[in-house]
Amino acid sequence: MSDNGAIESVVLAGVGGQGILLASEILAKAAMIAGNDVKTNEVHGMAQRGGSVIGQIRYGKKVYSPLVARGTARVLCALEQIEALRYAEYLAPGGLVVVNSQTITPVTVSMGAAKYPKDVEAKLRSVFPRLIYFDAGKRAVEVGDIRAANVVLLGALSTGLDLPMEAWKRAIEDSVKPKFREMNLKAFDIGRSCA
Amino acid sequence: MQILSGNEAFARGVYEAGVTVACGYPGTPSTEILENAVKFKPAIYCEWSPNEKVAFEVAAAAACAGARAIVTMKHVGLNVAADPLMTLSYLGVEGGFVAIVADDPGMHSSQNEQDTRNYARFAKIPLLEPSDSQEAKDFLKLGIEISEKYKTPVIVRTTTRVSHSRSIVELAERVENTRTIGLEKNPPRWVPVPQWARVMRRTVEDRLGKLRADACSSPANRIEWRDKSLGIITASIAYQYVREVWPEASALKLGFSYPYPDDLIRQFAGSVQKVLIVEELDDFLEEHIKAMGIACVGKQFVPNIGELSVTTLQASRAKMEGREVPAETPTPFADELPARPPVLCPGCPHRGVFAALGKYDVIVTGDIGCYSLGAFKPLNRLDIILCMGGGISMAHGLDKAGDKRTIVGIVGDSTFFHSGVTGLMDIAYNKGCSKIIVVDNRTTAMTGHQDHPGTGQTLMGEPTVTISIEEIGRACGFKRVRTINPYNTNETLEVLNEELSVKEPSLIVSRGGCPLHEKKKVGPVRRINQDLCKACRACVRIGCPAIDGGQKKPFINEFLCNGCSLCQQMCAFGAISAVEEKL
Ligand code: SF4
Ligand code: SF4
Repeated sequence: MSDNGAIESVVLAGVGGQGILLASEILAKAAMIAGNDVKTNEVHGMAQRGGSVIGQIRYGKKVYSPLVARGTARVLCALEQIEALRYAEYLAPGGLVVVNSQTITPVTVSMGAAKYPKDVEAKLRSVFPRLIYFDAGKRAVEVGDIRAANVVLLGALSTGLDLPMEAWKRAIEDSVKPKFREMNLKAFDIGRSCA
Repeated sequence: MQILSGNEAFARGVYEAGVTVACGYPGTPSTEILENAVKFKPAIYCEWSPNEKVAFEVAAAAACAGARAIVTMKHVGLNVAADPLMTLSYLGVEGGFVAIVADDPGMHSSQNEQDTRNYARFAKIPLLEPSDSQEAKDFLKLGIEISEKYKTPVIVRTTTRVSHSRSIVELAERVENTRTIGLEKNPPRWVPVPQWARVMRRTVEDRLGKLRADACSSPANRIEWRDKSLGIITASIAYQYVREVWPEASALKLGFSYPYPDDLIRQFAGSVQKVLIVEELDDFLEEHIKAMGIACVGKQFVPNIGELSVTTLQASRAKMEGREVPAETPTPFADELPARPPVLCPGCPHRGVFAALGKYDVIVTGDIGCYSLGAFKPLNRLDIILCMGGGISMAHGLDKAGDKRTIVGIVGDSTFFHSGVTGLMDIAYNKGCSKIIVVDNRTTAMTGHQDHPGTGQTLMGEPTVTISIEEIGRACGFKRVRTINPYNTNETLEVLNEELSVKEPSLIVSRGGCPLHEKKKVGPVRRINQDLCKACRACVRIGCPAIDGGQKKPFINEFLCNGCSLCQQMCAFGAISAVEEKL
């Protein structure tokens, strides 16, 4: 019912401090380079102290809201596996879900006040028909640095969007320091091949 | 063209507007404005002031002398700066003066949800409300322009979603201020003693009238004609949601929303069949528009608690049209998902203080900062929090009320300089007996690590004096002033034992740098020897996120551990020790 054409929405979910900001910056730049209007939203402040956080990116001909509405995300990507379940409501029917198989134990679990869910992969598969589930940290180590895990994941989720490779490449080159460029480009390619 | 956050765009606007003085006190979601403005040094002088009132006064004086100046703060900061705000409205300014004030609807990182727009009305000054990054930059410049034209302070109100969303911004060149800087010697202009203040009072009212006419023709306020069966009056980020939820409706988008542009509102309302008002938080527009005699709906459908979103407004639309509100999609496996609340970081120096305090039957008054996380399990060591500096004065209040337990007040270093010192004087002067602990982590941590009077460095990046908390304590009349290392449990307990037992006030400075800020580990990473571990879970009870207590015997995530050794000191069986550094 909107007059602004098709809008693509992406939600990145994870734990404060995991590097959602860089991933969302690269995605937004790639969208802009490809000629789109773009808006993103990020979390600062209290939740960054290890809380559950999300980054939201929307692009298209003309974007109004920077926030993704329930049930409209074309891609949901979780940097920590159970965060994919927590933010499942954002996913559009038929959307792509990319999940890093990493576990970060919440304090509630450490203290014994809650349990970390069992068989997470099976649960994810039962909820998300289009799921890419892999250890992005391990793949990042292969290219040289575990901290590139977020770019590996970007590579995987790029298969669910219609942005040209050239735009991704330029966005990555533009967002990371020159000495990390090659590694991050490799991380992106590896992620893409995991899809 | 660049993708900028709202706060980056404000900073860019500050630069382009020719501002030369920018002050503030850190507070989410406003902090990044000054952090980005300082990148334009030396064109802009930037400072973190000890608190918002000081920041406001510094910037105000600069503007009285003809400089262009801005001040930034979060919503609750304006309460602190309300005193200079109210009278600066009377004095007025020469150079442009804008206060950028950031509200936090939904309380993402705040203790309350107040609507700053009320302050513009209260102080009788203009209010601008950007709805994206481009407007953040443009409205800052417009604010400086209005301020100079009418010699009035201006409030630019932002919100979390405007400040922390990114969108595409067109940049422009800086326009320098051509005024000669220097305060004009003219007491009737600058001294609000009653006989002159009464004259100023009239000027304020005249100014409002002129501003109202300006608001009606301002480019910041625009009518978008579409279908006229519904006309929506909206402002700020709510406008963006309205465009997605009611794409077919006409809209009056207010950017210059106070003084209320009455004629424009009347013109718009008169041309549509039904008027809906969509605003975040209070019914700031609605109450006035209703008082104008215009039939409209608003808060009966649009929530006044929390932040708006496309989803909440879709529910409002359904309610208004008598349709069923779309059901929420349940989170899969919701009851199996453990909550993930924010926690004190691994190696946080505050943890040692809270863990030690856990051994005493005391009441703890807390304050605003990372250490407010000490209120949660498993530390559970904060009993009440009110506001910045309240950790000290409230301790005194509980003490004077006759609470039989020992009262301990906890404040952070930045908070201490912000508004703790006056409370400290009160305790000594009025013969109180409370114990104050300043948890000094050498930075303003929660907002992302800003400098303050105790860090020895300015926002401009220059070394400066380091103001001593201990010396302030002594100067305020505290005879007992102690310093502890929070990573040393025995020492901490020893000092607490002594200080909690004397019938005299004491000031304890717990000094340990924030490891997140210093970007280095406190010591070598620790490991739990699973053979020696007796599963007593003493180490788990300090709530360190690096300790995974999910199984019977806990283990340490060596990637997260910051090596503070606190867990090791908790372990009675010697199961925890330092991992040999691999060379
Ligand atoms: S940021 Fe620093 S002060 Fe805050 S919780 Fe983490 S370690 Fe503690
Ligand atoms: S030494 Fe222990 S308490 Fe300190 S950071 Fe490491 S695991 Fe946490």
